[in-house]
Amino acid sequence: MTAIVNRTRAFLGPEMAGPGFALFAVLLFFSLASPQFLSRATFGSVAFQLPELGLLTLAMLLPVLTGGLNLAITFTANIAGLTVAWVLQQNGGVDAGPFAFLLGCVLGIGVGALSGVVMGLVIAYTRAHPILVSLSMMIFLRGLGEFLTRGGDVSGFPAFLQPLGHGSILGFPVPLIIFVGCVAIWHLLLTRMKLGFNTYMIGSNIEAARYSGVNTRKVLVLVYTLSGAMCAIAGIIMLARFNSVRVGHGESYLLITVLACFLGGVNPFGGFGRVIPVFVALVVLQLLASGLNLMGANQHLATAVWGILLIGVMILRFAAGHLKFLKRKKG
Amino acid sequence: MRKAIQSHATEFALLAVIAIISLFLSIITDRFFSLGNAFDLLNISSVNIIFAVGLLVVLIAGGIDISFAVAASVVQYVTAILLGWMGGGSWMSGLIIAGGLGILLGAINAFLIHKFRIISIVATIATFNIFFGLLMFFTRGVSIYNLPDWLTTRVILFEHEMADGSWIEITLPVLVMFICVVATWLFITRTTTGRQLYAFGDNPEGARRFGINTGAMQFIAFGWLGLMAGIAGLIQAHYAQEVVPNALYGRELDVLAAVVLGGARLGGGKGSVLGCVLGVLLISITQNGLNLAGVSPFAFKMIVGAIILVAITLSNTNIEKLLPFMRQDGGRK
Repeated sequence: MTAIVNRTRAFLGPEMAGPGFALFAVLLFFSLASPQFLSRATFGSVAFQLPELGLLTLAMLLPVLTGGLNLAITFTANIAGLTVAWVLQQNGGVDAGPFAFLLGCVLGIGVGALSGVVMGLVIAYTRAHPILVSLSMMIFLRGLGEFLTRGGDVSGFPAFLQPLGHGSILGFPVPLIIFVGCVAIWHLLLTRMKLGFNTYMIGSNIEAARYSGVNTRKVLVLVYTLSGAMCAIAGIIMLARFNSVRVGHGESYLLITVLACFLGGVNPFGGFGRVIPVFVALVVLQLLASGLNLMGANQHLATAVWGILLIGVMILRFAAGHLKFLKRKKG
Repeated sequence: MRKAIQSHATEFALLAVIAIISLFLSIITDRFFSLGNAFDLLNISSVNIIFAVGLLVVLIAGGIDISFAVAASVVQYVTAILLGWMGGGSWMSGLIIAGGLGILLGAINAFLIHKFRIISIVATIATFNIFFGLLMFFTRGVSIYNLPDWLTTRVILFEHEMADGSWIEITLPVLVMFICVVATWLFITRTTTGRQLYAFGDNPEGARRFGINTGAMQFIAFGWLGLMAGIAGLIQAHYAQEVVPNALYGRELDVLAAVVLGGARLGGGKGSVLGCVLGVLLISITQNGLNLAGVSPFAFKMIVGAIILVAITLSNTNIEKLLPFMRQDGGRK
């Protein structure tokens, strides 16, 4: 029994305390405040809304773990979505076949990965600050997207894409299944693979990692490439959900993905953080939004409450650190 | 002269780039190289420059702020409502209200950062969401158009008719921008507090041991940015003659890019007012020039983004490193 508890504790990690507590508090508060909260409808809407923000957060997570940031995520997703839309339109628009869609996905993920490669190369070889590099990439991609679409929508996709955004398999929404799959991949990557280990090493101390024989440049380029590829997956899901591509779709998610990472216990300087607590933090954010929505408040109030929640968790962490500090002094 | 160039490398590099771009633009367009266009540029850039010098102070002190543009929107809206209640007011009361509110919002950031030891980027992303969410919630996204007359009337401080019949003019935003730039320059280079901000940004622990009050540094840096954001918000309302709650949303990242392009370092201790102003101007000049050259406005951002990306790549790379045959043993790092 204790072995299972220990396994679970090791799986969840010490970062779990903040988001776990928040999840408990949110569930308790809303189930007391609103009788309809604990219903299928609430969790259904959460399950459909979670993946867009969630996939973008996964894309943000890897760079944050290396001590960087990828501010280009939303526009990388848009550009990848545009690529898919372009391939579909070249192959007959509404009449395009599944093969065209697959080709589009491959190209779209390639485009997303390419933006990551460029950022990774600049960051790894010039030591420029990631905030700045990804910021200029963001401005560039936004401009490119606006240039290509003239600021308008691209729509008219084949009907078989509908289930990808709105369908369910065995009661589980398709986007959610894809998202959970990506969470699993990220979790395995970070806990079981060399690249994951090196990501943490770089985030903790890049010089020490380099001296211990880690090819830091290669790792950084790979991290940003994977981040870009994950943005592309988010872009494809967004295409299917909205049934259109527009540059600027999901732009407001940008800073919220950072918020979700920090809420999930990721260290802003890198080196510490896990996928599962971030996943829980995302669930908390969406439950909060749905709960507030049930009580008659709008999305903007939810945004404000998300910010307050982040500050609350940070203050609690500060207080907890202080108490531990006092205890150690006494003992 | 050589020493001046070496100690102000970024500023001189920016000047050179601006000179090259200007030269190029004045050859391909006939309207770029005119006094009228230069004054237009200043009028357009003033709000961003006011934001930029404020952000510079926070960057020098080793922090970063994401929330200032949204804070300016909050200031705009609240100021417009308060002025409505007061039944008009004047520039004096407008500036006092906007500046005071700005300082208050900056102090909230500083309080969270100093009191609870929250990293500035985390704290300001949180306050960004709080400010913006609450603003949109309470205003329901409704804009204010009936502003007091004194706020919306264009104030022309200097005008002059050129030989070809066109008018050049300097308007109020330029004057305010000029005052803010000079005040920030005096503040960070000519006062003890300014020196302490540089020291604090470069090495917070060292500064603390040296007896610098670190809490005060946070409040001063974020308070200064808040003040500038408040003023910029008011000037933006004056310039646009309306208050739109989400008009400044997204401006923070553009300004940040410009300031860092101007040589301020993320991490603190470095940066100058001149570089920061040149950074903003470089971006406005490029946009303005592309506009005059008849390039589609949809392509501006793409080109600007590419320029920033190339600029930071080059500025972080020694040219010798890229050209192996020029590498010498025992050279500078």
